[in-house]
Amino acid sequence: MTNADLIADKPPAVAPRTSTPASSRLNSRIRSLLGRPEAGGAITVVVIYVFFAIVGQEGGFTTLDATASWLSNAAELGIIAIPLGLLMIAGEFDLSVGTVVGATSITVAIVTGYFDMSPWLGIGIAAVIGILVGLVNGIIVVRTKLPSFIVTLAMMLILAGLAIFVSSSITGAASISAAPTGAAKDIFAGEWNGFGTSIVFCGVLLVIATVMLQKTRFGNWIYATGGNESTARMMGVPTARVKILLFIGSSLGAVLVGVIQTLTFSNGSISLGSQYVFTGIAAAVIGGVLLTGGFGSAIGAVFGALTYGIVSLGVFYLGWDANLTQLFIGILILVAVFLNSRLRRLAVGRS
Amino acid sequence: MSTQPIIEFRNVSKHYSGVDAVVGLSFTLVPGEVTCLLGENGAGKSTVIKMLTGLETPTAGTVLVDGKETQFSTPREARAAGISTVYQEVGTLPLMSVGRNFVLGAEPLKGFGPFKFLDIAKANRIALDEMRKLGIARVTNGNQLVGTLSGGERQALAIGRATYFGARVLVLDEPTAALGLRESATVLRLIEKVRDSGIAVLFITHNGYHAHATGDNFVVLRRGANVAQFSRGDRTVGEIMELMSGGEELARLLTSGEPLAAD
Repeated sequence: MTNADLIADKPPAVAPRTSTPASSRLNSRIRSLLGRPEAGGAITVVVIYVFFAIVGQEGGFTTLDATASWLSNAAELGIIAIPLGLLMIAGEFDLSVGTVVGATSITVAIVTGYFDMSPWLGIGIAAVIGILVGLVNGIIVVRTKLPSFIVTLAMMLILAGLAIFVSSSITGAASISAAPTGAAKDIFAGEWNGFGTSIVFCGVLLVIATVMLQKTRFGNWIYATGGNESTARMMGVPTARVKILLFIGSSLGAVLVGVIQTLTFSNGSISLGSQYVFTGIAAAVIGGVLLTGGFGSAIGAVFGALTYGIVSLGVFYLGWDANLTQLFIGILILVAVFLNSRLRRLAVGRS
Repeated sequence: MSTQPIIEFRNVSKHYSGVDAVVGLSFTLVPGEVTCLLGENGAGKSTVIKMLTGLETPTAGTVLVDGKETQFSTPREARAAGISTVYQEVGTLPLMSVGRNFVLGAEPLKGFGPFKFLDIAKANRIALDEMRKLGIARVTNGNQLVGTLSGGERQALAIGRATYFGARVLVLDEPTAALGLRESATVLRLIEKVRDSGIAVLFITHNGYHAHATGDNFVVLRRGANVAQFSRGDRTVGEIMELMSGGEELARLLTSGEPLAAD
């Protein structure tokens, strides 16, 4: 035994790495890359982009305008899909995000357009509503052990009904124009050559979520809670707190998108955001978040959102019937989920 | 090595509504010894685990921890007393890495103030070291997903975690039930390693061969009642199996021709 071995705090390796042939090392590196949760999502987004870039080039899909448009839309979906993806990794769903977008929208519009008050007040009230919705969703799911699918479906209807009632009681309408100007508009609805500030928000959220998942104790708890809740609890993970916080996060993502869209369109509507009920989940799943929890990543949810954004706009640039968009996305979800499940099996397969 | 028992059950019973799950059970768990708790399904083994881990409280009798009468009312209290349970079904998380799995709930952190981040390198090092101590040398990458480990290696991970975080009593619930021969042998060797490190082991099983191969003391349960207690070498494997299943009673029922009780 050499001095270096004595100094090193771990015993000498049983099988020295250098004996591994280069080819098998490369092989194992590729395997570990493909075993990452977002591998399927990354492949999907590249393939889809290349396809539309080639076929849709004449239609102008690769122009700066078109790119700004799909990227901004994808970023808004990403702001929903990242926190929703974290919640799904912890093993729960949130179908109420779409209605939270609508409720936020009408709140901001009433405050700014009807009462002519500061947009910041509207944003503040919407944030409080978002926190409450997440808190109630989380507490009901944790206490009753009912499936979050049902709990948040009920919450979606309750909140929609409440928002319409409040809106028509105060203003007599379910859609009113908002008139925000100044800093709030610049921050949430600003743009540069068509590239919205939503892209910046999505990027910041991606970094925060990734660091949280990979580098913090809370991130470890998220994976464990979704992987096997009773095991996690036995190891001392506060699974109830993890879930409630993630429900709140999911709602707050929806509030942010509601604010962005309302200030961008200068119009508030209850039906705004209704598409997010399923597109958020679809984006997370395309990006490799496991429906049953325990596996996934924030970048995967963003890959899913990008894929969704490219397809939604790409179909238009191909000159196809826009009604085909949904059909295309439906097939895409099937293919992506199949790809993900294959890759996951590869990752877990005995080496 | 002290031979003072860490855990002592004195005449412990547990009744559920109308059912006697465990009746008048007495046994001790001593450091550095493997006690086998044997019995078929429904013999009362799970009830004993629940009373040891604070999920249930006995309806009669006393439990002593380090000689002092104790009643666990929550799993946390049992864990604080150094009792750690490794369950067959729910020990590990297949889609998490070896290192992350190992430190779950007690993650090492680095950094300062509000910027405390997971020390993954340390987690991986601890996990691999502890598994190597238990004789698992094939696992060399802490980032490997637990799903890629064999059943025996997963048990090693769960057992290593329990002992690393200070278990004095290790309760193993059917650790070999779902494993093949080779994997079972790995787990039996793990049990011996843990015993040799001075931990009191309660090995719960319905496999007479596995018990016979590793046990120092044996407690056989049948329908809640303690039908036999003996030490290593007192009984053959065949006798253990017969005690567990009630072989002589079965033989009598089959040959006597008396009408079958409708219970």
